[in-house]
Amino acid sequence: MATDVAGENIPFWLDPKKRAVVFQILVFCLVGLLAYYLVSNTLTNLKRQSIATGFGFLEKEASFEIGESMIPYSSADTYARALLVGALNTLKVSFIGIVLSVLLGTIIGIARLSSNWLVARLAGLYIEVMQDIPVLLQLFFWYAIFYETLPSPRQALHPFAGVFLCNRGVAVAVPSAHPAYKWMLAAFLAACVLTWLMRRWARRRQEERGLIFPVFRVGLAMLLGFPLIVWWAFGMPHAMNVPKLVGFNFKGGITFSPEFIALLMGLVLYTAAFVAEVVRAGIQSVNKGQTEAALAIGLKQSQVLNLVILPQALRVIIPPLTSQMLNLTKNSSLAVAIGFPDFVSVANTTINQTGQSIEGVALIMAVYLFFSLSTSVFMNWYNQKAALVER
Amino acid sequence: MASAAQPTEREVLKPPPTSVGVVGWVRANLFNGFFNSLLTLATIFLLYKTVPPLIRWAFIDSVWHTGGQGCRQATGACWAVVTENLRFIIFGFYPYDQQWRPLTAMLLLFLLLFISRDRRYWKKSLLYTWVIGLTAMGILMRGGILGLQPVESTQWGGLPLTLLLSIFGLTAAYPLGVLLALGRQSQMKGIKTLCVVYIELIRGVPLISLLFMSSIIFPLFLPEGVTINKILRAQVAIILFTAAYIAEVVRGGLQGMPRGQYEAAEALGLNYYLTMRLVILPQALKIVIPPTVSILISAFKDTSLVVIIALYDVLKTTQSVLSNPKWMGFSPEAYIFVAILYFLGCFSMSNYSRKLEKELSTEEY
Repeated sequence: MATDVAGENIPFWLDPKKRAVVFQILVFCLVGLLAYYLVSNTLTNLKRQSIATGFGFLEKEASFEIGESMIPYSSADTYARALLVGALNTLKVSFIGIVLSVLLGTIIGIARLSSNWLVARLAGLYIEVMQDIPVLLQLFFWYAIFYETLPSPRQALHPFAGVFLCNRGVAVAVPSAHPAYKWMLAAFLAACVLTWLMRRWARRRQEERGLIFPVFRVGLAMLLGFPLIVWWAFGMPHAMNVPKLVGFNFKGGITFSPEFIALLMGLVLYTAAFVAEVVRAGIQSVNKGQTEAALAIGLKQSQVLNLVILPQALRVIIPPLTSQMLNLTKNSSLAVAIGFPDFVSVANTTINQTGQSIEGVALIMAVYLFFSLSTSVFMNWYNQKAALVER
Repeated sequence: MASAAQPTEREVLKPPPTSVGVVGWVRANLFNGFFNSLLTLATIFLLYKTVPPLIRWAFIDSVWHTGGQGCRQATGACWAVVTENLRFIIFGFYPYDQQWRPLTAMLLLFLLLFISRDRRYWKKSLLYTWVIGLTAMGILMRGGILGLQPVESTQWGGLPLTLLLSIFGLTAAYPLGVLLALGRQSQMKGIKTLCVVYIELIRGVPLISLLFMSSIIFPLFLPEGVTINKILRAQVAIILFTAAYIAEVVRGGLQGMPRGQYEAAEALGLNYYLTMRLVILPQALKIVIPPTVSILISAFKDTSLVVIIALYDVLKTTQSVLSNPKWMGFSPEAYIFVAILYFLGCFSMSNYSRKLEKELSTEEY
């Protein structure tokens, strides 16, 4: 009670609570004033330069071509559609990049821990060198390799059957269209669902009765077997759509542009070094005693990995791994420097043509914010799911 | 039994010669087991296939001093693209006869960095030395006094610009990042929200969007007639960007502090400022040295992004050499040179952080 009595006499600048309120009001006023100053300046400047504000320009005709697109697009389409093409290209390169860099990074991370001195040293060298060179420089480097050292389509390199390398990109043979492939995809998806169900069933059975079911082998057999059976049932179509030199370029097959390949290579090789470090740290975080204990209770080598090491290592690996994936997505914005039409690149062209710089940059920020916020929502969900249940 | 405990001369068996020395090491590290032996042989084969041709390209068949024409005839690397244009790559458009000035400034910077490596010199006097040193570098670069010819900052470029963006970017971003981290951990709801929004907003967008903002939008923010130098605008974007990342790292350190530390400081009657200044920050910042250094390294690498808004940093000067028809087609060599510069910078930073981490951790025991 004594404090209460004293409290009545404390002047407000000595009371931490009141002081905090005053301080916060002050800070907010400052921020508000700054914002007001900037916005009012901007509005007068926009009026002076007679630039219209708002997103109305999105409905206008874009009138610029985009080199590669996953959806039909022509220069007669609107800016909105051009930006959509850019966003899809960003998603495409990020998705493929993430898959490849996680694969490569895992291999390098495990190689870094190999008991083979040579392999461990080489992996260490790779990680150190790749982490220390700016990704933009790596993009320029691969792009230059493509553009300057590879021959023209007429003298294209032909390392494997069905693959052609030249300064116009990489042309790859693909199977010619056939209804069988749609059904094979369906069979593969069905196998995925079945494997998932089987894994759940096997886990419950193991928890209840201690019986182990070979989920991995059966799952693999289904994932490979189902599409193969469908393929066989359709009479094993094997006609290939091989790229052919027509005039100055390749026709047929799939052609990847040098910009796309350079961007993908730069991003994957750079990010893989970071993923490797994450994987290494994750594996090392699992105490050696865990392995020994698991072996002591009679688990097989594969079971040790599956049941003991991976569940613990993944808890350490997943959060930094997601942030590396996000980094790759954000770094894909560097595509603008080598001319791959990703979202930033298309938005940049839009800004240059319409002069709507504020809206353009705001769109860029909004799109990337959407990516990172959805990733962090996923991360929170995963962290809750994977959090250690302590007893 | 007693004799077993004290082996006689005769009973001491030497290990077999295949398990000690070079042979033993090779067996234990390269050929332990079938799979490992296969891996070693495959790796050696791969190295044999790639390294000798690479050495041949880079050193034996290469051309070091010649014009573009001589390079076209060579079968190896054309290092002449670097040696012949070295001064432009390093100094950009800085007046040719004045280039000793950025060179001196850079040497001064390296000297200062070298002195600062040693923790024995980490005193107030070092801070003053840095202030004097940076002022001297500024005078050297800018000129205008002491009989030095003035050089506009629009003419600055190359390596000095990269170093300038990095050093000022890092030194300004660090305190700002610490402030943001403290704000995020603050009890005051309003301040906390403000800091969280700022940090998450910045971390969610790529640096390039901030650089676009600084180069295209920022001029609109200013009243008519006021212009701010392009380099400074990019510098501010880099600072604002790096600060958000540093804030998250420092927050990790703050959260790692046990509650007892706060309570003990409170029990001593320290106010918020003194608690942070004397108790919490010295410890928290020490824990986060390794992640901080990796942020610094990525900030150093990220300065290369100013290429996209056409500032002439060392990457852009290299590119403009390569756009000269005389040197067209030798990009790999030039980029390898720039990569080596960046590698040296980053590698020495990460090496130093490892050393520092070791020094600081032994102190605790």
